[in-house]
Amino acid sequence: MASRALSQHAIDHVVLERGEIANSWRNERWDSLRLLTPNWLSCLPGAPYAGTDPDGYMTMPQVVELITRVARASSAPVRTRTPVRSVTRADGGYVVATDSAPIRCRTVVLAGGAANLPCVPALHEALPPDIASITAFDYRNPESLPRGGVLVVGASATGVQLADEIQRSGRPVILAVGEHVRLPRTYRGRDALWWMESAGIWSQRYDEIEDLERARRLPSPQLVGTPERATLDLNALMQSGVEIVGRLAAIRDGRALFSGGLRSLFALADLKLERLLDTFDAWAAQNAPDGVRAPERFEPTRAPPAPRLSLDLRSGEIRTILWATGFRPDYSWLQVPVLNRKGELRHDGGVVTDAPGLYVLGLPVLRRRKSTFIHGAHEDAVEVVAHLAHYLRRADRRG
Amino acid sequence: MAQSGVNNGVNVDALLAAREALRNAPAAANFTWRATCKWKNGTHAQSNVRGFFGLGEEQAHKTEFSFETDHPEIFASEDHGATPVELVLVGLASCLTAGVAAVAQNRGIQLRSVEAKLEGKMNLYGILGIDSDVRNGYDDIKVTFHIDADASKKEIEALVAQSQKRSAVYDIVTNPTNVTVEVA
Repeated sequence: MASRALSQHAIDHVVLERGEIANSWRNERWDSLRLLTPNWLSCLPGAPYAGTDPDGYMTMPQVVELITRVARASSAPVRTRTPVRSVTRADGGYVVATDSAPIRCRTVVLAGGAANLPCVPALHEALPPDIASITAFDYRNPESLPRGGVLVVGASATGVQLADEIQRSGRPVILAVGEHVRLPRTYRGRDALWWMESAGIWSQRYDEIEDLERARRLPSPQLVGTPERATLDLNALMQSGVEIVGRLAAIRDGRALFSGGLRSLFALADLKLERLLDTFDAWAAQNAPDGVRAPERFEPTRAPPAPRLSLDLRSGEIRTILWATGFRPDYSWLQVPVLNRKGELRHDGGVVTDAPGLYVLGLPVLRRRKSTFIHGAHEDAVEVVAHLAHYLRRADRRG
Repeated sequence: MAQSGVNNGVNVDALLAAREALRNAPAAANFTWRATCKWKNGTHAQSNVRGFFGLGEEQAHKTEFSFETDHPEIFASEDHGATPVELVLVGLASCLTAGVAAVAQNRGIQLRSVEAKLEGKMNLYGILGIDSDVRNGYDDIKVTFHIDADASKKEIEALVAQSQKRSAVYDIVTNPTNVTVEVA
């Protein structure tokens, strides 16, 4: 998408892809994954949805097909199988090292995304050796896990989806739940993400959000794309037999210790959902959209009476621990001092701080709440590339 | 952010300014809290707090505060003070209550009264060594707030939820902490 915007500004550029086009969608996702956004929303510029199932959710092969088709149609100058080895500063621009000749350029757009590497908390080091430890990055399907119980850590979209399918495979699942975002699949007969889009919440700009840092850290909402358009919240998981425990707080003497603060997290997530539904209702009251049913409210998250606080990892009750604890970008090759003390890129809406000519796309709430959704990158790309074009013109005038 | 006219006695502007200042000076945010304890007789002991470390230097309370702890007579003690486990409830209650006041001030909510009742359930089979499957400490703590304020029930529930989210004692009670006990 950055390439499309760059072409519109007639800026000479090249797109470096470490593998095939849509590499991470091909190789770094689990088998059953579908997009969280419905098909009608999962469109890229120049490729509106033309299929027969606008309310469905694309499988990964379909996403790969879509991205490949758009890349071909735009004749983006993509060099596949060209991993970047380093980016360094060099007189007024940058040098990008690859396995072939280095590329000198005046500007660089980092578009590698927010999910290059799994985050695994340091406490994993205390795991007993006979417990299989796997991240959501390497997980493909329940059948590839050892038989026996599975502790899934994390209750974002990833965590709830994997807990659900593993439980259904006959492996008993314990799900460790930290701070989470509850969202029904449909509300008043419409997809929750239709509401996010229509009510303008997804278009909220980064400079309008009161606590931007928090918004950028939020886990993904508890959603799954299924043909049934089913809601996959903690109540649904408990219904299917998943055992819910508090945040995994420590592993000590072979025991996993869970936080006793589960009820407070339920209360927070339920309150935030209420607030969001109030916002939807207020918007609907003003705009009277077609095909919307009466307002509804959902049952509060049912707190298990006495969630367990510890689990003996040597008892054989669980054989596998699956880390659904988030992803992070990989900046190991970025030899420009632009990271903060937590290793995050310092940027203002995609304009990297203290590095003229360096830009980033595809990070959470980069320029608006929808920045990391498939349809959300387009406007970000247009604006970031406009800044880039302006930067080049100004540098030309000075030069 | 604080709305004019609302006064819960919390200087939110100063707290927000401190938060901004500490964001740019991470070392100053490292605090050490201290207490001393002296055995009196039987299960009676006296604990004191005065000095602490923070903002890069030694600090102190205006005066020294003292706490008597003991056990009630049904434990064959002389009941000179609260039991230590009751002091834990006191710590949790006062931390959550202070949090409610601070969050209310920040959200422009005038409080008229805030009262909390706490109950901690414990089976003495643990500390008495009768059943090794029973833990020593509380197996359940319940906090009930009664809050009178210029706010809806939903807003009050949100206050209490946010107070838990930012409470040090709530975190200490609900999550494991490494503890080292040595003989000097």
